Amino acid sequence: MEEQIVSVENASFSYGTNTVLDNVSLKINKGDFVGIIGHNGSAKSTLLKLMVGLLKPDKGTIKLFGTSVEKFKDYKKIGYISQNVRDFNQMFPATVEEVVSINLYHKRNLFTRFRNKDNEKIEKILEIVEMDKFKTSKIGNLSGGQKQRVFIARSLVNNPKILFMDEPLVGIDLESQNKFYDLLSKLNNEYNITLVMISHDVGVISKKVDKIFCLTDGKVYVHDKNNDVYINRLKDIYGEDVNMLFHKH
Amino acid sequence: MLSYEFMRKSFIMGVMIALIAPTIGYFLVLRRQSVIGDTLSHVALSGAAFGMITQIYPVYTAIIFSITAALGIEGLRKKYENYAEISLSIVLSTGVGLASVLISLGNTQGILSYLFGSLAFVTNQDIIMVVGLGVIILATIVFLYDDMFYITFDEESAYLAGISNKLINIYFSILVALTVAISMRIVGVLLISSLMVLPVAASLLIAKSFKSGLMYSIMFGIMSVIIGLILSFYLDLAPGGTIVLSALLILIIIIIVESIKK
Repeated sequence: MEEQIVSVENASFSYGTNTVLDNVSLKINKGDFVGIIGHNGSAKSTLLKLMVGLLKPDKGTIKLFGTSVEKFKDYKKIGYISQNVRDFNQMFPATVEEVVSINLYHKRNLFTRFRNKDNEKIEKILEIVEMDKFKTSKIGNLSGGQKQRVFIARSLVNNPKILFMDEPLVGIDLESQNKFYDLLSKLNNEYNITLVMISHDVGVISKKVDKIFCLTDGKVYVHDKNNDVYINRLKDIYGEDVNMLFHKH
Repeated sequence: MLSYEFMRKSFIMGVMIALIAPTIGYFLVLRRQSVIGDTLSHVALSGAAFGMITQIYPVYTAIIFSITAALGIEGLRKKYENYAEISLSIVLSTGVGLASVLISLGNTQGILSYLFGSLAFVTNQDIIMVVGLGVIILATIVFLYDDMFYITFDEESAYLAGISNKLINIYFSILVALTVAISMRIVGVLLISSLMVLPVAASLLIAKSFKSGLMYSIMFGIMSVIIGLILSFYLDLAPGGTIVLSALLILIIIIIVESIKK
C-alpha cells in the first residue's frame, strides 16, 4: 500500500460568508508530483495553507504523515515556499548562504559560527540546485528563477519528505522555468521528495506532473495520468460521496 | 568635556541607546514596521506626563504605558487584519490625546526634556535603568538572532519551522516599547524613532549580508550619538536634535558616496 503523506477529508473553508472550499477530499501519496491549478481566487493558496497547517478548516480533517495537521510538529519533514517570498523587499540584506542556512536556525546565536558539517551540507545543497557560485551574493540581486532555487535549497537543508510551493514560477522566463522543472524532476525521482506545486500555467504543468488538482467553485477535480484507475481507487477509500469528478478543459 | 559628571553619564546612556535603538530599528525597518517607533514614543510621552503628575519616576510610567500600547497594537492588528496600519493610527491618536490632556492638567514643567531630550537632567537612576534594560534587550537579540532573522525574512515559513511567531512577536513588541521608553531621556520621544530608522537606512545602502547590515546599523548609531553629544555640548544645542541630525548627515554622506561609486 502506498504511503499517504497528505489526506484531506471533507474539508471546508470560508472567508466570512464566502465559502471557498466546500467539502473537499483528496490525498497525496509518497513520491507524487502534484500540480494545483485554478483561476484567480479559486482558493489554491488557501488549500495549500490548509495542508501545511497555516490555516484551520471550518470542518473536515487534514492529516500530514497520518497525524492531524493541528497536532503535527515534525516540521523538518515539510518544506514550504510561500507566495510572499517572491514579493520580499529587494533591498533585504541577506546572502544566499544566510537564506539557505536559515533552517539550521536552532543551532546558533548572533556570534556562533557553523560547524564544518553544517557548512558542507549547505555547500552540497547549493550544488544540487546549481547555485553554489552565488553563495555570497545578495538574494535581492538574483533573478526570479535563481531566487526560487535558493528557496528550494533552504527547504532541502532539513531533508524534507514533501515540498509545498505556491506559484514559484510567476514572472520567470521560459528557459528558467524549464531548468526549474528539471530540478523538481531530480528532487522527485532521485531524492524521492513528494512535490505539491500551485501553477497558473495549465499547459506546462500538465506535462510535468503526475496528478493535477483543479479547483473551481469550491470543489477539487482530479486529473491523473490514469484517471479511471485513480478515481476508482479514491472511490474505494472515500466512498460515493467523495467530490472527485473527471472533467476535461 | 568628560570632566563634567553629567557628560560622562550622558555618554554612558547615549552609547547604550546607540546600541539598542538601531538594533531594534533594524528588525522594525525590515519588517516594514518602522512607524511603530513613532507610535509608541507618543504613548511614552503620555506615560511620562502621567508620572510627573502622580510623582512617580516618569520612565517607569512611560514603560508601562508604551508596553500596554505595544500589546494593544498586536491585539488591534488581529481585529483589522487587512488594514493593520489602522491599529497604529488608533494607538498614536490615543497617545497624543492622552499626552495633551495630561500635560494641560499641570505639574508637568519638565516635559520638554522628555520631548527633545536633555543632558542636564540625567540621573543615576536613569543610567541604572538604561544599562540594565539595555543589557536585557541586547542579550535577547543575541540569543534570538536566528529566530528574529527567520521571522523577519519569511514569517509563514518561520512558523512552519517550529518558531513560536506569536510569542516572539509579542516579546519583540515589548522590547520596542522598552527601547522607546528608556531612550527618551536623552534623545527625546519625538526623535527616538529617527535613531531607530536613520542608521538602518544608511546601513541598507552598503550592507552585503543580514549580519553586516545589523553591525553597520549599530556602528552608525554609535557614531551619531557620539558626534551629536559632542556638538550638543560645545554648541549648547538640544542633544536629541543634534544626534538625529548627525545620523542624517551620515545617511547623506553614504547616499552621495554610493551614487559616486555607481
